[in-house]
Amino acid sequence: MSTITESPTGTNAVRIDDITKVFGRGAGAVTAIDGMSIEIRTGEFLAILGASGCGKSTLLSLVAGLEQPTGGSVEVGDHRVAMMFQEAALFPWLTVGANIEVPMKVNKVPRAERARRVAELLDLVRLTGFERKRPHELSGGMRQRVALARALAQDADVLLMDEPFGALDAMTRDILHDELERIWRERSLTVMFVTHNVREAVRLGDRVVLLSSRPGRVIAEFEVEGERPRRIDSVQIAEQAATITDRLREEVSRHA
Amino acid sequence: MPETSTKDSAVQGLDALELQPRRGTAERGPAEVARGIWAATWPKLAAVALVLLAWQAVVWSGWRSEWVFPGPDRVLPTLFHEITTPEFWEAVRVTMRRAFIGFALALAVGVVIGLAVSQFKPLRVAIGSLITGLQTMPSIVWFPFAMLLYGISESAIMFVIVLGAAPSIAGGLTSGIDYVSPSLLRAGQVMGLRGVQRYRLLIIPAALPMFVTGLKQGWAFAWRSLMAGELLVIINQQNSIGWALSQARQLNDAERLLSYIIIVLAIGIVIDVFFNWADRSLRRRWGITR
Repeated sequence: MSTITESPTGTNAVRIDDITKVFGRGAGAVTAIDGMSIEIRTGEFLAILGASGCGKSTLLSLVAGLEQPTGGSVEVGDHRVAMMFQEAALFPWLTVGANIEVPMKVNKVPRAERARRVAELLDLVRLTGFERKRPHELSGGMRQRVALARALAQDADVLLMDEPFGALDAMTRDILHDELERIWRERSLTVMFVTHNVREAVRLGDRVVLLSSRPGRVIAEFEVEGERPRRIDSVQIAEQAATITDRLREEVSRHA
Repeated sequence: MPETSTKDSAVQGLDALELQPRRGTAERGPAEVARGIWAATWPKLAAVALVLLAWQAVVWSGWRSEWVFPGPDRVLPTLFHEITTPEFWEAVRVTMRRAFIGFALALAVGVVIGLAVSQFKPLRVAIGSLITGLQTMPSIVWFPFAMLLYGISESAIMFVIVLGAAPSIAGGLTSGIDYVSPSLLRAGQVMGLRGVQRYRLLIIPAALPMFVTGLKQGWAFAWRSLMAGELLVIINQQNSIGWALSQARQLNDAERLLSYIIIVLAIGIVIDVFFNWADRSLRRRWGITR
């Protein structure tokens, strides 16, 4: 593809190039994504916004390599990709510490090193002292922070997040936005953050990509203005969110 | 930076608020522990007393003469005398050895079949419903065939125990594996869990609670098959609980007969308590119930 030369390699962590994803065959086939191209700069926080049926989750699965696109290509180069979901999906039979150790076991990290890094990651997500608790003893927000620590234990520098705070109450979500922003900066992560919450997208993203529904396509991109750390209730965020919401409504009403 | 420190304490404050203090479990004095044990025990004691009373009432009613249907006043002393004899312990030892060996065999067969069925789709289509069918079969119908195959021997009993218990164990394992939550599977996939490691770190522990339920059911079938087997397949001169039961019947010794029935009940309860304990502590650990 000719577009590949547009930006030099190394500055882009993820390049999604004209991908198409079709599920099923023949008359029952569903096109989830149709000709989507997104480039994510290394260290960028990209928020991906869309209504139902925009193929957000499919997009992340493709970037994570869990599925293969029907057409086009996804390149992540040497970057290691981790993923988080709306549900923490921690292993309930393991303690918090042992959960964080799982990806390290997969990567054959020696035991002493694992213990050291569990302590470090727990400190990062401010859960020092909870190492021996079980997931069901924690609150939803704490579980998501453990899931974040577990994702980071994969040694990933690209973090895919599929509505990770969707099931949390507003106050917890607010605090986790601060936490995620802090960890994103401290660890120089590249984040692809899927959400259907416009304000959340504007609060967190350097850039917001708006997707159409059925099939999923990029319909608009917004560079977010405002110094970090931002406040979700600031006027600046609200104004930008209003613009994006209008655009999103337009897209949704197209399906009426 | 003061701003950061307020944010720090906001995180910690929220954590502290969201972790509800566990009510009443923190400090329990010996008096409360004793009260707890008593609260759990007295209904059981009352139930036993009620059963004994009902039993005695039937005896008093004169429904059957006392040498056929003795009351607890005659059976219980026989029972207590019986459990002091070496023959009794020999019988229990033989029966329990058969039970454990049979159950272990059923476990091995059940696990292999369960894993195979959960792995290979054609196999599931082929024998999946057969396994369910076998579970519904009263295992006693296998005994004539088992005796034809193995003669009057322990092997015949083992054969029927395995046929009775293995389907439940296999079924528990297969449904345990089938019902591993998709979100856990996805998390495992994202973390790169594959092959043996995927089974060791994810599938097996996730399937464990349902597997234990299968084991419990399998044990119930094994125990029934064994009792039926010991009554039907009387191996010459070998002492066992089943043999003691049929001996007592032949000698019209109703007191001993009822004693051994109580023993069979007691063993069943003890093993059931064990399985329930295992089941409950697993579920608590897994966070399914608190």
